[in-house]
Amino acid sequence: MKALLSLYGITKKYGEITALNGVNLEILEKDLLAIIGPNGAGKTTMLKIMAGIETPTKGKIIYKGRQITHNFDVIRRNFTMVFQKTVVFNTTVFNNVAYGLKIRGIPKNEIKSLVDEALELVKLEGYENRQAKKLSGGEQQRVALARALVLRPEMLLLDEPTANLDPKTTSIIEEVINYANRELGTTVVIATHNMFQVQKIAKKAALILNGRIIEKGTIEEIFLKPSLVMTNFAGFENVFVGNAKPTGKGTALIELGNGLEIEAAIEKSGKVTVYVRPEDVIVSKIPLESSARNVLKGRIIEVSDSGQVVRLKVDAGKVITSQITRRSFEEMKLNVGTEVFLTFKASSVHVA
Amino acid sequence: MVSEIFEGLRRAIEMIISGNPAVIDATLRSLYVSGTATLLALVWSLPIGIIIGSKNFRGKRLLKGTFNALLGIPTVGLGLILYLMFSKSGPLGMFHMLYKPTAIIIGQAILITPIMVSFSANAIEAVGTEVKDLAKTLGASEAEASMAVLREALPGVTLAVIASFNRAIAELGIALMLGGNIAGLTRVLTTSIALETTRGNFELGIALTIILLLIVFSLNFAVNMLKREQT
Repeated sequence: MKALLSLYGITKKYGEITALNGVNLEILEKDLLAIIGPNGAGKTTMLKIMAGIETPTKGKIIYKGRQITHNFDVIRRNFTMVFQKTVVFNTTVFNNVAYGLKIRGIPKNEIKSLVDEALELVKLEGYENRQAKKLSGGEQQRVALARALVLRPEMLLLDEPTANLDPKTTSIIEEVINYANRELGTTVVIATHNMFQVQKIAKKAALILNGRIIEKGTIEEIFLKPSLVMTNFAGFENVFVGNAKPTGKGTALIELGNGLEIEAAIEKSGKVTVYVRPEDVIVSKIPLESSARNVLKGRIIEVSDSGQVVRLKVDAGKVITSQITRRSFEEMKLNVGTEVFLTFKASSVHVA
Repeated sequence: MVSEIFEGLRRAIEMIISGNPAVIDATLRSLYVSGTATLLALVWSLPIGIIIGSKNFRGKRLLKGTFNALLGIPTVGLGLILYLMFSKSGPLGMFHMLYKPTAIIIGQAILITPIMVSFSANAIEAVGTEVKDLAKTLGASEAEASMAVLREALPGVTLAVIASFNRAIAELGIALMLGGNIAGLTRVLTTSIALETTRGNFELGIALTIILLLIVFSLNFAVNMLKREQT
């Protein structure tokens, strides 16, 4: 495989703040690379530089063997980026998706069929004449994805494309990303802090912390040496490092520190990294009697509202994040300080 | 007095329906003068608004603050300053613009510049860099991306234009001081209303006021419809 884009010693400064610090990264054609890192690590800046909408303070960008210094048009014409905060033009869905095609001077009838095809891909057939701004967040993000893919970009850059979206939209978007990579041969770079997503869709991963890439490799390489890499994930949502002891009944008890112990549906022993999807953590005000093996007691320490869903950070010895619907949040009258029980199945504990 | 008002109102409506020449003359001149002033102001205000709304530069806050401060400039004050500039011995006296429609047009254009700049800068700023980045990543050039931003800000810019026109057509100070209220030459709605009222010609004053209100209200109504369309 040939390198599509290479970054050498890329540094980006905003005044006093260094967002990226000497980043080296090579992206091969047809790669599906995940850039993982906590908020503020430099993921977005890196994607914007790769998309040609931000200029690095220092460093070299090589596109197909050619160094790009000032004229980023070639990158902008061939790569497209989908932003974390969905932006739609204040017009119809059709005009949104057709924007890039119109700029490229594609004939009208061709635009029509390309837009139809793209909308079908993201399961928004028949939405052409709807006003994009009046759609739900998930639908808007799918419009954004269709608008990018309709251009058949060589590289698709996605900045946390499923953050704060409902599970159904998330799975549609993940499917489309996979389709683009596998069937259309689109190179994909996806910034995320959703470990589950990384394991599910990416082929390679690069870990970024404080503007530096500290680890890169195939998914297997990255996730098989959790002791080395994953300890750096401190501060990631629901990623913990602990000691596993098999119970002999097909599960293992994992000691996470601070007296917190959870059960996972895997027989493993020794140091492990575990991850629980925030959507899989059920919140209740009284302990639930259920088949789920893990029931933890804690207190809500942070509530972040992102539209249809609400994310709760609960201190249960370790901070565990739960994602619930806005409706449940309101009906249960939850708030910072509320004492709650967290319930999740042993099979929801992903162990690396 | 109350019956006088009603009588005035009745005769005013008659005047409007029958197409009284004085009413029509003042109305058309008002529309012409303030419409031209609005277009003229747009020529320089929109580029300034785009720059303030989309670029970062030294002194931007000061410039924005200055335009905001000038939003409520008293028309008589501006009228006086321009009168001194346009009068025979003033620095612009050689153009002989005083007491001609041109003087009112220029005066009103200056008057509404802060409104147009502030409102359009805010509208463009609200669209933000996101739309620009979006357009660029979809392959737009710098110029095409700016166009995309302007298109998104269009409802806000339209509001700016309409608010400016309303301010221009409803002001009295500049039209009176620079135009001189000369019948058939510089007499506009507001100056006529002032004159007819002092003369005791209430029905004509009321008729002109009704027209002025109709213009302002229907534009505001259009603005509200436009706003509702947006949300």
